[in-house]
Amino acid sequence: MASLQRDTETGSGAAGLGLSRFVPFGAPAPRTALLDRQPGALATFFSHPLTLRVLSVAAFCLLWEAVARIPISFAFPTFGETMVALWAMITDFSLFHAFGITLQPLVIGLLISALLGVALGVAMGLVGWVQWLATPVFIVAQAAPLAALIPLIIFAYGIGLTAKTLVVCIMAMPVIVLNSYVAVGHAPVSLVEMGRSFLGSRRQVITRIILPAASPVIFAGLRLGSAAAFVGAILAELLITPVGVGDLITYSRSVADYPSMYAAILSIIVVSVLFIEFLELIEVTVFRPEKRARR
Amino acid sequence: MTIHANPPAAPATATDAVVEVRNVSKVYAGGIQALDSVSIDFPRGQLTSLLGPSGCGKTTLLKIIAGLLPATSGAVLVNGTPVSGPGPGRAFVFQDFALMPWATVIGNVAFGLELRGVGRAERENTARHYIAEVGLSGFEKKYPHELSGGMRQRVGLARALAVKADVLLMDEPFSAVDEQTRRKFQEDLLKLREVENKTFVFVTHSIEEAVYVSDRIVLLSAGPGRVSQVIVPDIPRGDDVDAIRRHPVYLDTVDTIWRGLKRYLD
Repeated sequence: MASLQRDTETGSGAAGLGLSRFVPFGAPAPRTALLDRQPGALATFFSHPLTLRVLSVAAFCLLWEAVARIPISFAFPTFGETMVALWAMITDFSLFHAFGITLQPLVIGLLISALLGVALGVAMGLVGWVQWLATPVFIVAQAAPLAALIPLIIFAYGIGLTAKTLVVCIMAMPVIVLNSYVAVGHAPVSLVEMGRSFLGSRRQVITRIILPAASPVIFAGLRLGSAAAFVGAILAELLITPVGVGDLITYSRSVADYPSMYAAILSIIVVSVLFIEFLELIEVTVFRPEKRARR
Repeated sequence: MTIHANPPAAPATATDAVVEVRNVSKVYAGGIQALDSVSIDFPRGQLTSLLGPSGCGKTTLLKIIAGLLPATSGAVLVNGTPVSGPGPGRAFVFQDFALMPWATVIGNVAFGLELRGVGRAERENTARHYIAEVGLSGFEKKYPHELSGGMRQRVGLARALAVKADVLLMDEPFSAVDEQTRRKFQEDLLKLREVENKTFVFVTHSIEEAVYVSDRIVLLSAGPGRVSQVIVPDIPRGDDVDAIRRHPVYLDTVDTIWRGLKRYLD
């Protein structure tokens, strides 16, 4: 009886002293103090976009390492093993050799898709009959699983560079064309009227107003198209003839050298991401300087 | 205050009309008639407002004068020459400012001159002059998103002034800015008129604004747009711009127009 009495007393005493800060209906003073606090140098550093990016990548690598050490599968190497394999592929130049082969259809196909795709998309946005002619083709192309066409392409063009370039093109082109078309169609009406009322020629209105206004969406299409082009290039190497990075992946898997296989996959992802970042840099530098000022 | 009800096609008081609108009708694709045989003269050096309820075709009429829209029938003459498209004698100020977000203030103001092929040094000098005139010195290198709504419209105004057109066409230029900024703009517009010898065509839906800034007010009726009245508010515009809003003629004119417009709203 007496001991029970003492327990309740100490309990309430503890709540009254130490724990009152943590009960939700406690005094509001500490909360306001927290809200009013200025962010310190450390907080600024940790909320900086670059820090967050690095932290995000580091967290991913750590998680990879941790999960692979459990281990979940014989075929899933750790992050460290993968890095060692990647370093070996860099030092014996096999990675550069592989990229030298993979980048051929990729670069040719992407250049064709970008130049032709943007030109066609812009023409669709500006000229009525081009729009009616081309829109259905590309809407179907975007919806269709184009990888299913690869056997058809091999049948028609063999297993050489042409077939692989074509695979890259059919993967990348639809999204580039459709984004350019939509972007041009949505250029602000009042900006176009402004150009006309200040005596801009049709050509000036297109190059000085419509294209810069459309450039964010055109570049979004180029970024999506580039990602699709990388998919196309690797798909072609996995399905048509195993050369380049596709060969590194296939061969490493066949000899059960999983760290090398993961290193090859990781390398193509890194190149793809860097290329897409590079595209954004071009956009901001050439077309939309105000976005740089906004950063 | 003088009121001409249903004015004749060529008013007897016609001094020297810079812009003449002759029996202009506009039917949009889809059969909606926006304007029905509108005839108005815009005298040189005066500020004429087009005022009316929404949907009365006042912006349509302004765009036809600008050459941005073709009239279905009738003609617009600028200095006696029929309009077939935009021309160097007319400059437009847009309701939504129509600034290029990727260009700086000076780039936007100089844009009209750039399209005309004026060299960089010359057009930037001219642009700087008009940026100063609208009170934006020091903001030349800013981008539109760094400016307030009122400052953006000052950029739009400077761009229109920079091409040195005789006629300034303003499409509800102050409707997208807040009330305080609008009042300041209206006062600045009166001062600007003393500096710049231009003809203004001013579209607005605000009765107070029209009476405050205008030499002549053209009242349009809705559905389809027709000229219902031309009002010349006889308000002395002395040094004290604040006195105008208290002047009996100002108050009477606002009241008359309101009573005239009210019947279209029912």
